[in-house]
Amino acid sequence: MKVSVEITRRPEIADPEGTNIMRALTDLGHQNIESVRVDRIIHLDVAGDDPDHVKLRVEEMCRQLLANPVLEDFRVEVGE
Amino acid sequence: MRTAVVVFPGTNCEHDVVHALRSLGGEADLVWHRETDLSDFDGVILPGGFAHGDYLRTGAIARFSPVMAEVGRMAVSAAPVLGICNGFQVLCEAGMLPGALIANRDLAFICRFVEVEVTDTATILTRSAELGQRIRIPLNSYEGNWVDPGAEARVALRYLDNPNGSQGSAAAVANVDGNVVGVMPHPERASDELLGSADGIVLLESFLESLVPA
Repeated sequence: MKVSVEITRRPEIADPEGTNIMRALTDLGHQNIESVRVDRIIHLDVAGDDPDHVKLRVEEMCRQLLANPVLEDFRVEVGE
Repeated sequence: MRTAVVVFPGTNCEHDVVHALRSLGGEADLVWHRETDLSDFDGVILPGGFAHGDYLRTGAIARFSPVMAEVGRMAVSAAPVLGICNGFQVLCEAGMLPGALIANRDLAFICRFVEVEVTDTATILTRSAELGQRIRIPLNSYEGNWVDPGAEARVALRYLDNPNGSQGSAAAVANVDGNVVGVMPHPERASDELLGSADGIVLLESFLESLVPA
């Protein structure tokens, strides 16, 4: 099953990459940008036919390795 | 008294650390990251580099290297555990130190001498230094910006000019007991006047003096 994991940095944690991209966009004349955040999407292909079970397994992977609990939140979406 | 200097795939400062410790009279040996027994060692250093390619996040994969169980055991047994640069990132990922390291505030790889000040002398990195002592050592990192939403860490060294945006200007952070320390600039690269500074010696001596027989 195709699974996508969205790893997002918590709002209270600075995102220097987003801040610098916002600065560059502003320099290019794009006004009124409120904020830019750069996040990460990880695509997995996991064997299994029970979407709920696959989701639980991938959430465990997130807690263990894919996301850093100090900085990040995660969202797991199971597709076809 | 023997120090293990851990080598992950991608570590690149291990020889500098071993050389610096030996030149100060310490006994140090390289240990591959798959080692599962450090009982012959009294302390451990995780040196700088790019362990496991820094993939996913710096230190994220290295924390699961087999040797890390032993590093954790030594940390709990009050043995000195020091992470330098990438080693600092590994210790944070492993949960042995609070917080995490993110990209430098200005997204620049910073490779230059910085000045730091000793703010806590009850750690294995600073016990031989004076409170307020200023030390000039080189920084060499892209992800050196330490953040800790918990904000209760012990800061052992503080940058005078905070080049990377670290919370509290932290250049070195310790656990509650002071036996696990992560330091972002490199004391081993300032361990001889030939290198431009010998200021790092007091930090490495602190480490060596913290060793007690296992």
